[in-house]
Amino acid sequence: MNYHWNWGIFGEQVKGGEETYLDWLATGLGWTLAVSLTAWLLALVIGIAVGALRTAPSRPIALIGSAWVELFRNIPLLVQMFLWFFVVPELLPQEWGLWVKQDMPAKEFVTAALCLGFFTSARVAEQVRAGIGSLPRGQRDAALALGLTLPQTYRHVILPQALRIVIPPLTSEFMNVFKNSSIAFAIGVMELTFQARQMQEDSEQGIETYLAVTLLYFICAFAANRGMAWIEARTRVPGLIARTS
Amino acid sequence: MIEIRDLSKAYGGTPVLKACSTTVAKGEVVVVCGPSGSGKSTLIKCVNGLEPFQHGSITVDGVSVGDPKTDLPRLRARVGMVFQHFELFPHMSVRKNLALAQIRVLGREADEADARGLRLLDRVGLVAHADKHPAQLSGGQQQRVAIARALAMDPVCMLFDEPTSALDPEMIGEVLDVMVELAREGMTMMVVTHEMGFARQVAHRVIFMDHGEIVEDAPAAQFFAAPASERAQGFLARILHH
Amino acid sequence: MGEFDFSVWGPSLPFIRDGLLFTLRLTLIAMSGGIVIGTLLALARLSPVKPLSLVAGAYVDTMRSIPLVMVILWFFLVIPFLTGTPVGAETSAIITFTAFEAAFYCEIMRSGIQSVPRGQVWAAQALGLTQTQAMVHVVLPQALRNMLPVLLTQTIVLFQDTSLVYAIGAKDLLKAADVVGKNYNRPVEMIVLSALIYFAICFSLSLAVRQLQKRVAIVR
Repeated sequence: MNYHWNWGIFGEQVKGGEETYLDWLATGLGWTLAVSLTAWLLALVIGIAVGALRTAPSRPIALIGSAWVELFRNIPLLVQMFLWFFVVPELLPQEWGLWVKQDMPAKEFVTAALCLGFFTSARVAEQVRAGIGSLPRGQRDAALALGLTLPQTYRHVILPQALRIVIPPLTSEFMNVFKNSSIAFAIGVMELTFQARQMQEDSEQGIETYLAVTLLYFICAFAANRGMAWIEARTRVPGLIARTS
Repeated sequence: MIEIRDLSKAYGGTPVLKACSTTVAKGEVVVVCGPSGSGKSTLIKCVNGLEPFQHGSITVDGVSVGDPKTDLPRLRARVGMVFQHFELFPHMSVRKNLALAQIRVLGREADEADARGLRLLDRVGLVAHADKHPAQLSGGQQQRVAIARALAMDPVCMLFDEPTSALDPEMIGEVLDVMVELAREGMTMMVVTHEMGFARQVAHRVIFMDHGEIVEDAPAAQFFAAPASERAQGFLARILHH
Repeated sequence: MGEFDFSVWGPSLPFIRDGLLFTLRLTLIAMSGGIVIGTLLALARLSPVKPLSLVAGAYVDTMRSIPLVMVILWFFLVIPFLTGTPVGAETSAIITFTAFEAAFYCEIMRSGIQSVPRGQVWAAQALGLTQTQAMVHVVLPQALRNMLPVLLTQTIVLFQDTSLVYAIGAKDLLKAADVVGKNYNRPVEMIVLSALIYFAICFSLSLAVRQLQKRVAIVR
């Protein structure tokens, strides 16, 4: 088969529309960033909370934490997307479900961000739990001995240290969020992969299209990596040698 | 000040403390010694409720430690504790280590807490290091900061859990000096340690433990002159002639 | 709460079985192919021949930083240009997953090989084994054993990832559920069924891996 290269394709107008293909890709990048960053924020908040709960002295609470992790870890992300999109609205009270299905603004985006956020939260929780577990037990005792309550001990002593330890594994999770956001195409979020498929069909310049989209994903992952490295440098504790593991 | 009555504790099925009873009066310095695994660290951690116990009772300054209704954080805030591995918070500067609990637990203003912290740092000779992080200090310096951190809470008594056993020999002296001074000022102290020199110098009483039991509880002079039990005699012989 | 009608599960079973069989076939082929190619890639990455290790490294790093959906689309687009004829979504999926998973198995095997102490190679060579023999008979078996739990965990991830062949319409478990859901107009019930099947398989496999991990830890 012969392939006709056409690098000028990005400037051309889409079939039956005013915009150019470049506009499609820009829209795609925008949605990819929106879904990924919202999901990451959600994943951090929930993941840190669940990870901390899993180390709590109470057994029932720790059990709920591990059920949370197992649930999100053992169902494919794509199936989770469909569950959130099609099944969750059915489980809500009737009026709410109807509102979600018919009137909720940016329904696809909200669903994808929630789904990816919860999915990633389970992975963040695992890292946070491991980070807390790697701290010497004496730190907790020392904080309690000073009269801090257990929540204060987590807030001021345990989490600030555990989070520093888990920055390297969280960096790869953050990069994974961008990669995983591509699955949102399946419920119709107009992010990069959605645009890639659409532009490929519309323009029939698949290779140029995919190269451009792949490059944009690379840039996202690279930016995520640099961003986390910046945070790591900013939060480094004087005198402590970075742990290598 | 501290009253321990008939205290027993077990991990799973293994007993670690067996019917221990003793008291520490206000202003008294009591040294707890014994071979490793004798339960002495567990005993001292029971006093401020860091280790739960199954039987018996402990009261500190009239408050029952084992009572589920007791506000443990409030009690612990009045009982200073110094740990074997210092347990300074590595992510905070020395200054912040001293201020954290004063602000969060006692509700002091930041300025007041900072000033009080600096006064105590000065007392342990480390005011010049206030803005360093723990990892930038030597072990002896870290332990002195840890003592200052406990003192900043204005404790009614102090617990020491092997405060010098993680230190290089040349640093033990500087920490003991601070503790001796504290004892002379009349602080109520319960000290788990193998430093018999310290015990001779300032302890009023010595408690000897073995296999989770208090084997001997005697005035210091009497303990060193003529330990009553064979186990204590053997222990002293080993520890003094190594 | 919406109205559910799970009676659709009964007639869907033959379709679901066929879909599940394809998913399992894809997983097994991609796993065995991926482990073989991944091990070769790992050897190449660790090889003292610079160009070889550079090429292998570039391949692995590229695969690991692109979203899997994009990799699936790429292969589906490019394979026909290479073979000259269009291939079905299923064949394309099998090639894609083998190539993609090889990059992940490579990294696992690489750390497995590096976990075997240098002394083992020296001891093997001292006995007169060649470098290749030492690798095949001494290092790789140990690397494989050390890494077995991680390899299996990666395979569970692979099993879940195969659902992404949805992007090119290959008829796997999820697609079967999707088709039945549309035919009977019961999409919600069918998604729930597919989620339950995935969960049951993955959860029991991960429990098994955990048991294995305990046993490996004891042997060490």
